[in-house]
Amino acid sequence: MNLRQRLYLVEVLSGLGLTAAHFFRNMGRHIARALGWSGVSGAVTIQYPEERRPYSPRLRSLHRLVRREDGSPRCVACMMCETVCPAHCIYIVADEHPNPEIEKVPRRFDIDLGKCVFCGYCVEACPEDAIRMDTGILEFSSYSRGGMIYTKEMLLSLEPAHADGRPRAPIPLPANRRP
Amino acid sequence: MPKLTVNGKEVEVPAGTNLIEAARSAGVEVPHYCYHPGLSIAGQCRLCMVDIEKTPRPTIACNTVAADGMVVLTETDRVRETRKSIMEFHLINHPLDCPVCDQAGECWLQIYYMKYGLYDPRMTDEKVHKPKAVPLGPHVILDAERCILCSRCVRFCDEITGTGELGIFERGDHSEIGLFPGAELDNKYSGNVVDICPVGALTDRDFRFQVRVWYLETAKSVCPGCARGCNIEVHVNRRRPHHAEGRRVARLKPRFNADVNQWWICDAGRYGFGSVDAKDRLLVPTRRDGETTSDATWDEAIAAVAAAVRRFPPDEVGVIASPRMSNEDLVALRRLLDICTIQRVAFGVPPRVPGDEDDILIRADKSPNAQGAELMGLAGDARAILGAACGRRLKCLWIFGHDLLASAWPEAEVREALDGAEMVIFTGTNSNPTSERAHWVLPAAAWVERDGTYTNFEGRVQRFRQAVEPLGQALAEWEMLGRVLAALGEAPSATRAEHWFRRLATAGPSFAGLSYQALGDTGRLVAGSVAARAPR
Repeated sequence: MNLRQRLYLVEVLSGLGLTAAHFFRNMGRHIARALGWSGVSGAVTIQYPEERRPYSPRLRSLHRLVRREDGSPRCVACMMCETVCPAHCIYIVADEHPNPEIEKVPRRFDIDLGKCVFCGYCVEACPEDAIRMDTGILEFSSYSRGGMIYTKEMLLSLEPAHADGRPRAPIPLPANRRP
Repeated sequence: MPKLTVNGKEVEVPAGTNLIEAARSAGVEVPHYCYHPGLSIAGQCRLCMVDIEKTPRPTIACNTVAADGMVVLTETDRVRETRKSIMEFHLINHPLDCPVCDQAGECWLQIYYMKYGLYDPRMTDEKVHKPKAVPLGPHVILDAERCILCSRCVRFCDEITGTGELGIFERGDHSEIGLFPGAELDNKYSGNVVDICPVGALTDRDFRFQVRVWYLETAKSVCPGCARGCNIEVHVNRRRPHHAEGRRVARLKPRFNADVNQWWICDAGRYGFGSVDAKDRLLVPTRRDGETTSDATWDEAIAAVAAAVRRFPPDEVGVIASPRMSNEDLVALRRLLDICTIQRVAFGVPPRVPGDEDDILIRADKSPNAQGAELMGLAGDARAILGAACGRRLKCLWIFGHDLLASAWPEAEVREALDGAEMVIFTGTNSNPTSERAHWVLPAAAWVERDGTYTNFEGRVQRFRQAVEPLGQALAEWEMLGRVLAALGEAPSATRAEHWFRRLATAGPSFAGLSYQALGDTGRLVAGSVAARAPR
């Protein structure tokens, strides 16, 4: 090390200068934006949740059950997802479908998102393309364990995300389970 | 006895053995659908093709009798190519609905397709559609599209039950299994067609959509439905408790035993497991004081029972044992009776409706262990005990399992007997009108929840094994009797059912020399008994 580095004080001051330069530049840009000058790109901070980064198209978000044209679930309760699920968080109970061509339908289809590890195996295992993880919904916290269990009706009411990954529908929590 | 070579291994088989069985004895599996050792040979499926040296083309193994000096090859390229073509043929009109098919996971089409499938289908035409989800009878449902027309079910109804409800109708690729006009598949053995169906065409209505088969665990057991003691496998679902509405026993399947039931069981036995997970199961020991009942701990219950048998004079205690108790329970009970010098004991309570019987498997005696109880020296008819209780000569009445109010005995007399006794103890798995009148109720573990042995009508001792944990605080009878014995001062010696069986084997001549190891999977006859004629 040379004398300048060994003096230490010079290096500290140059570091502080760099930090201060970023601070004042960003402050200037934020003020400019606040005054309506939209052309400037702001600092690296993204103002979540008002602002969001674009999601990857491969993002695995909250599950949804795909519907048939008549609104009934496409799921045939084959239990492939339940079997492959490493977290054992899918609970299906099968029932007879009135149409013998379809034969089987889930009477109950619950996902315990408190246990789910979002591996996406259920989507891959499904032979009917009946479960997808493309809602774009990432925020579904709850104050209770019970609130993390999503039923068939809730999963069926979800819509796929917009092309840019923004969720199309809010989380369908029934009134009695909202925090 | 012809000697032949299968895949280079020399085997000697009895004359008349076909090549599938000969290969099996050499440890070689020949894939097949229509052949079943219990039925006649149809040669329908053509899958069991094997190469025989000096024959020009592959031959079906099921209909070729082993001959001396035959050289059989089951894995040549030509045989594998043939199997692949035949699998392709079978699957031309087979729907790909494995995800909704109950057979998936135990389907021979799946198994053989994995081994010999074409994988690259050449079929471009529309599949032929046939009726789906057609109930054939109270227990069986048909999916004609999945059927490969092996005709096993048709032959079963023709040859085993002799009822002949089923046939193959239409021609060519429109052929389908169906019922004869006006017929219904409601014979007493109809469930067996589900077992022998190699594909998902015939499935169980009782089991339909309840549990996927890969969640099931199995235990070797014996059917407690009648004195035949058919060998069965208990299939239980312990991994997915939300399936089948929480019922743990999913189904019973026959287990081959050449001397008892061969490949079959009757429908009454097959579907007779409902009481195991029924709502009326007894879960905790309870005591009744007048009209109020309250739960108790096992320690309290055992102390109360021990105090009762100690307090009352032996000739004022009556015990109605049950032919549904295992040999282990009965020997424990025998020990208790001996040290308390209780004489009034019997096991037989006549049913209100006499049991049905046939010359295939079903026996009129609907209890699994009456023979064992008799060999243990218990009296067969409990009428004398009822009489003593009615005459107020009994202070304490201990009933095992029976619902006396549903027996052939006059209801008024039974009521009088139950009301007259100072203390009525009931031990059983499920509650019934008799248990509701007992002062102490001790919950017993059902037969699938414990180990034990039954002695069938011909004197064959057969093991049944635990498949699930006992419900609630229920205990096997031998265990609660052992605790009563301990409370009476006897040194506790048995912690497993097997320990009681060892005592039984050394106690008398009939069971001498028997042990759980010696019984194995198919059971052994007690000394002095003669094997009955094997069923048809």
